[in-house]
Amino acid sequence: MSPEDIELIRQHPDFIQLVRRKQRLYWSLTAAMLVIYYGFVLLVAFSPAHLGQSLSGGVTTVGMLVGVLIVLTAFALTGFYVYRANNVIDPLNEKLKQECAR
Amino acid sequence: MKRLLALFLLPGLLATDLAVAAENSARPLNWTAIGMFMVFVLFTLGVTRWAALRTRSTRDFYTAGGGMTGFQNGLAIAGDMISAASFLGISAMMFLNGYDGLLYALGVLAGWPIILFLIAERLRNLGKYTFADVVSYRLEQTPVRLTSAFGTLTVALMYLVAQMVGAGKLIELLFGIDYVYAVMLVGVLMVFYVTFGGMLATTWVQIIKAVMLLFGTSFMAFMVLKHFGFSIEAMFAGATAVHAKGTAIMAPGGLLSNPIDAISLGLGMMFGTAGLPHILMRFFTVSDAKEARKSVFYATGFIGYFYLLLIIVGFGAIVMVGTDPIFRDASGAIIGGGNMIAVHLAQAVGGNLFLGFISAVAFATILAVVAGLALSGASAVSHDLYACVIRKGRATEQQEMRVSRIATLCIGVLAIILGLMFESQNIAFLSGLVLAIAASVNFPVLFLSMFWKGLTTRGAVTGSLAGLVSAIALLILSPAVWVNVLHHQQALFPYSNPALFSMSLAFFSAWLFSVTDASPRAALERGRYLEQFIRSMTGIGASGASKH
Repeated sequence: MSPEDIELIRQHPDFIQLVRRKQRLYWSLTAAMLVIYYGFVLLVAFSPAHLGQSLSGGVTTVGMLVGVLIVLTAFALTGFYVYRANNVIDPLNEKLKQECAR
Repeated sequence: MKRLLALFLLPGLLATDLAVAAENSARPLNWTAIGMFMVFVLFTLGVTRWAALRTRSTRDFYTAGGGMTGFQNGLAIAGDMISAASFLGISAMMFLNGYDGLLYALGVLAGWPIILFLIAERLRNLGKYTFADVVSYRLEQTPVRLTSAFGTLTVALMYLVAQMVGAGKLIELLFGIDYVYAVMLVGVLMVFYVTFGGMLATTWVQIIKAVMLLFGTSFMAFMVLKHFGFSIEAMFAGATAVHAKGTAIMAPGGLLSNPIDAISLGLGMMFGTAGLPHILMRFFTVSDAKEARKSVFYATGFIGYFYLLLIIVGFGAIVMVGTDPIFRDASGAIIGGGNMIAVHLAQAVGGNLFLGFISAVAFATILAVVAGLALSGASAVSHDLYACVIRKGRATEQQEMRVSRIATLCIGVLAIILGLMFESQNIAFLSGLVLAIAASVNFPVLFLSMFWKGLTTRGAVTGSLAGLVSAIALLILSPAVWVNVLHHQQALFPYSNPALFSMSLAFFSAWLFSVTDASPRAALERGRYLEQFIRSMTGIGASGASKH
């Protein structure tokens, strides 16, 4: 890329929008995952008794359910990201690429 | 009534006697397992031959020509993560401590969404063969490549040792082959796959093994559930009834009781995965950022599914293996040690034939993972050190390929020697330590190089070195080495995981030595960030797949 190309892309409205949308998507999802995981870690460290409570009177504990839910949430978040990236970000990216190729 | 009781106990007693007898005499060769493993080896050698015919350029060798699909790469990544250390180690931790085993699994899994959101697409858009391509994108080649290659080799070799030690013991136990020969066999096959078949063979071996392991573990989990009438509650009830710790196994125990240790371990697990060179390398095997993205989605799904199965395997084993005297020796300890739980369970649910299958899969797992590690180490030597630093980009493809093959051979020999030296270490623990080092050495500079305009060569180099030195120093001073290995009275560093401190130090030194860098070179490097940012966000200018 020549310095002119770089400057052109930097000021391109589609590029500005792409960056804004992409950043909002990945920073918010990253924050969500970090909060979920480290929230869990802190719960384990400070209040393990909460996780040891019985879920519904039986042996299965709240902690076991939370563990399984974290696995499922992690998968769901990646799925959501891929869905948004494929359907919202990529078309914008393609448009930008075509306009810059011209 | 007494007689009836004796009748029930008799088969158990007999079995114990048999087991003791087996323990005392030399362990017989397990022909079912050996036969199945031979089939796997022959098949994968066929794959290697097929791959060798398609491996002509350096691009083919390092990245399988960039032609893997997202699904294939996702399976291969999952295969790298569900190693023998996690299959045997995590199920053993669940067997011994219950819930604490799950904490390990969750830490590794939680790192994957982060890798997807922040790393995967950028890596594909910016890099070509190794993650050092990305770090050195706008920085000075020689110093950055040198430190990145050093970081790659440290992590790859340590991980390799962890896998080799596990492999040796496992194969000795499962197949009746001596530890020395077992380690050598793994080393030789690994070198064979990598030197001839390159990344294409390494990836397909990993995919085949991942499918076998997922199938085998699914079957085990299904049989455990069937044993308990498909009731998870019944399984947990059974486990808490017979486990020495009772209902305590259903809640967090001692593993993360200290908040600092808990966060440190979590950070190491999460960001360590994002610093493993053999994992990062996989993002270059797909055609573009979109496929890279898809591969993490599939990988997260497979890894998550596998860990959910391990809960069933681990807790099921408490009842089905723990209470069966056939799996214990005369002193009441589990035959072959704690790491053999999953293998014993295979015998309990599927008899000798399935035991043979799981044994062969466990062996295959180790082979597939070590092949990936060897390839990442070799590419650091041949691409980063030889082609970019020594020859300054003037080496021909043939020369570079030859160096990478020689490097693979050297790594193979080194792995065998180290594998023989470090015989007695808990394998899950050891791979946890590798993650802490990867999180401190590779991840901070990789992250900063992509996200922070201000990073300069001086900052990147000091950041990696600070991470490496502090991670290793703190490990040596920690209870695991200072007390357990070196037999001192008290550890100088009270926490068992250094990641929180060494990773922070790496980030801090990278920042400090960058912002204080007033050289003209640093100004140029900051100026090149915009071009890198555009390419990382849009893929404009990124390398595509090679045509076959």
